[in-house]
Amino acid sequence: MSSDSKRKAPKAPTKPKIGVFKFASCDGCQLSLLDAEDELLGVVGAVEIAYFPEATRTMLKGPYDIGLVEGSVTTHHDAERIQEIRRKCKTLITIGACATAGGIQALRNWKDVDEFVRAVYASPQFISTLKLSTPIAEHVPVDFELRGCPINKYQLIELITATLVGRKPNIPTYSVCMECKRKAAVCIAVARGIPCLGPVTHAGCGALCPSYDRGCYGCYGPMETPNTASLTSQFRILGQSADQVSRAFRSFNAWAWQFRKASEECERA
Amino acid sequence: MTGRGGRTIKVDTLARVEGEGALYIKMAGNHVSDVKLRIYEPPRLFEAFLRGRHFSEAPDITARICGICPIAYQMSAIHAIERALGIQIAPEVRLLRRLFYCGEWIESHALHIYMLHAPDFLGYQDVIEMAKDHRPVVEKALRLKKIGNHIVQSLGGREIHPISAAVGGFHKVPAKSQLRELVSDLEWALEASLEAVRWTSTLEFPDFEQDYEFVALRHPTEYPFNEGRLVSNRGLDIDAAEYEDRFAEFHVKHSNALQSVVRGRGSYLVGPLARFNLNFDKLPEVAQKAALEVGLKPPVKNLFRSIVVRAVELVFACAEALRVIGEYEPPAAPRVEAPNRRGVGQAITEAPRGILYHRYAIDENGLIVSAKIVPPTSQNQKRIEDDLREYAAQLAAWSLEEATWKCEQAVRCYDPCISCATHFLKVVIERD
Repeated sequence: MSSDSKRKAPKAPTKPKIGVFKFASCDGCQLSLLDAEDELLGVVGAVEIAYFPEATRTMLKGPYDIGLVEGSVTTHHDAERIQEIRRKCKTLITIGACATAGGIQALRNWKDVDEFVRAVYASPQFISTLKLSTPIAEHVPVDFELRGCPINKYQLIELITATLVGRKPNIPTYSVCMECKRKAAVCIAVARGIPCLGPVTHAGCGALCPSYDRGCYGCYGPMETPNTASLTSQFRILGQSADQVSRAFRSFNAWAWQFRKASEECERA
Repeated sequence: MTGRGGRTIKVDTLARVEGEGALYIKMAGNHVSDVKLRIYEPPRLFEAFLRGRHFSEAPDITARICGICPIAYQMSAIHAIERALGIQIAPEVRLLRRLFYCGEWIESHALHIYMLHAPDFLGYQDVIEMAKDHRPVVEKALRLKKIGNHIVQSLGGREIHPISAAVGGFHKVPAKSQLRELVSDLEWALEASLEAVRWTSTLEFPDFEQDYEFVALRHPTEYPFNEGRLVSNRGLDIDAAEYEDRFAEFHVKHSNALQSVVRGRGSYLVGPLARFNLNFDKLPEVAQKAALEVGLKPPVKNLFRSIVVRAVELVFACAEALRVIGEYEPPAAPRVEAPNRRGVGQAITEAPRGILYHRYAIDENGLIVSAKIVPPTSQNQKRIEDDLREYAAQLAAWSLEEATWKCEQAVRCYDPCISCATHFLKVVIERD
C-alpha cells in the first residue's frame, strides 16, 4: 500500500471566524453589517459568522479570527467579559463611539452615577453599574478602532477585508473639513457663521451635516491632531457661551481625551 | 421528556433580537411556576443625562437609544418638545415626517420578518442558513430593506442616526425631484410587500390565542404614525398628556428595564397587532384587501400571526410613501423657529414595535429639566411574560430543546428591542 492512498483528501480551507460582541450601546453599529444589503451575502460567503446573537441562534465557541466589539464597559461583569473576549480573538476591532470613546452614556463620568440611577429607576438597589462608562481600549489592547456614531458600513467592510488579507485598511484619519473640501462644499462656518465641529472631527461620515445646512456635531470623535483650543475661540467669536461649547464637545465622544480636555477647559473658563 | 417531570427552559442569550436579554421559565409538569424575562442590557441612563441639555439636542441624543428605530426616538422627542414650546409645524413638514417614518417601518419590518423571525418558522438558525435554500426570498428581503433605508437616507442623510430632523421641522428638506427618484423602487416594494403578505400567511402558526388589551394610537383619517389619541379595545381613549395617569411603570429585580401596566388592569400589548386591530378601517384599500385575501381580519388574537400583520404594514408603508411623494411640495422654510420657552410637553408616536412615549420639562433657557421615556419593549415586557406563562404550559409534550426554541420564537413575535427597553434574549425553561 502506498503512503499516498492513506493520505486524506485535502480539506476545504476553513473560513475565518468572526464574532460580534455587544456591550452598552444602541445596536446601531452591528446593525451596519446587516444594513450592508448589497454586500451582506458576499461577506457571509467569505467568513463564518461564529457568534452574532443579533443575527443568529448559532453561538460557536472561540477562538475567533476577528472580534468586532460594540459598546462601552459600564458593569463589573462586562469589565471581566472583555478580558475573556480579548483572549479568544486574534484581531480585536472596536466599532463605534461607545466602544472607542465610551459613548453618550459616558456623560455620567462627570456626575454622580448613583444619583443618575435614582433619577431613572424606582428601585435603584436592583441596578448594578460602574461610576464610569469607558472605551474598550481602557481595558484591553485593541488592534483597530473604527470611529463613528454610527460607523460607516463601507469602512467596516473595508476594515474586515483588509484584516482578512493582511493589509492596512484605507481609513483616513483627517478631519471632516477635508471631506467638505473634496465635495467642493462651501464652508458653513466661514460663509454663514454656523458653529461646526468639522475642523476637529474625524472623517468618515462624508461631511453629512454641513451638506444638510447644519454644523458637524462630532459623532466621529476627535481627528488625529485636533486643535480644540483654536476651535473653542472660534465658537466663542461666533457668540457661543462657554457652556454651549462645553456641551458641543460633550456628546457621543465626550470621554475621548481630546474632547474631554476641551470641554473641561470650557467649564473652567 | 414529557408531562410529569419538571423542567427549566433557559435561554442565556436570546438571539435575533436587538439588545441583550435572557429568558427563564420554571415548570412542574404542565404548571408554569415562574417566568422571568431578564433584561441584562446595561442601563445607559438617558433620562438622567438629558437634564441640562438644550432641547435642540434631544432628537440626536435620544436617537442613540436605538440604532434600529432612531426615527421613532427623534419623532417622539420632537413632537413632545414642540408641544412644550407651543410650536405649529408646516403641513408639508408633517407629510415629510410621515414619509420618514414609512422608511423606518419598511427597513425595520423587512429586517424582522425575513431576517429575524422567518428562520424560526422554517427551522433555520439564521437568515444566512435560510439563504442557502431560499436565496431569492432573502435577496428580495434585502432589496426591500434597502428601499426603506433609502427613504431614510434621502431625508436624513444616513439610515442609522439620521441628521436632518429638528424641532420645528428639518435642517434641510429634499427637492421634489429627489423624492421622485424613489418612486420606481417603491412601486417594486409595494408588489414585493403584497408577496410578503401571501408568503408569510403560508407559514405554520401555533394555535395560541390570548385575550389581549391592545393599545395603539388612533387618528381620525390616517393609519397612525405621529398623531392621534391613545386607544384600546377596553375603552381607553386619552391624549398623550394623560399617559402617566393611566399607565404605571414598575421595577422588578430581574430586569434592567421597567415594566408597564394599565393602571387597575395589568399587562397590555403594543405594536403591529394592536395597530392593525384598532385601525384596520384606516388602512388603504390595497393593504385591507391584501389582509382579507389571506383571511386576516381584526381582531387577530394569535400573536404568531404578527409576522403577517407586519407584512400588511409593509404594504401600507409603501403605499403611504408613494402617496406622500405624489403630494409633496417643499415647505416655504425647512423649519419654523423654536425659541426658548418654559413648558412641559408629551408625545406618543408609533415606533415599528409599538408606542413610544416621551415627556420633557423645559426651562426658560431651553434647557431640559426632566425627561421621561417609555419605549415599546418595556411596555410589552409584562405581556411577554404573561404569554410565556400560558404558552410554555402547552409545550410539556415537547423536548426541552424544542420547547426552548418555541419560547424564543414567541418572544421574537414581539420584535423586542432590548437596547430600547433598558434601555434581551436568553431563554431558560426549568422543569423540576
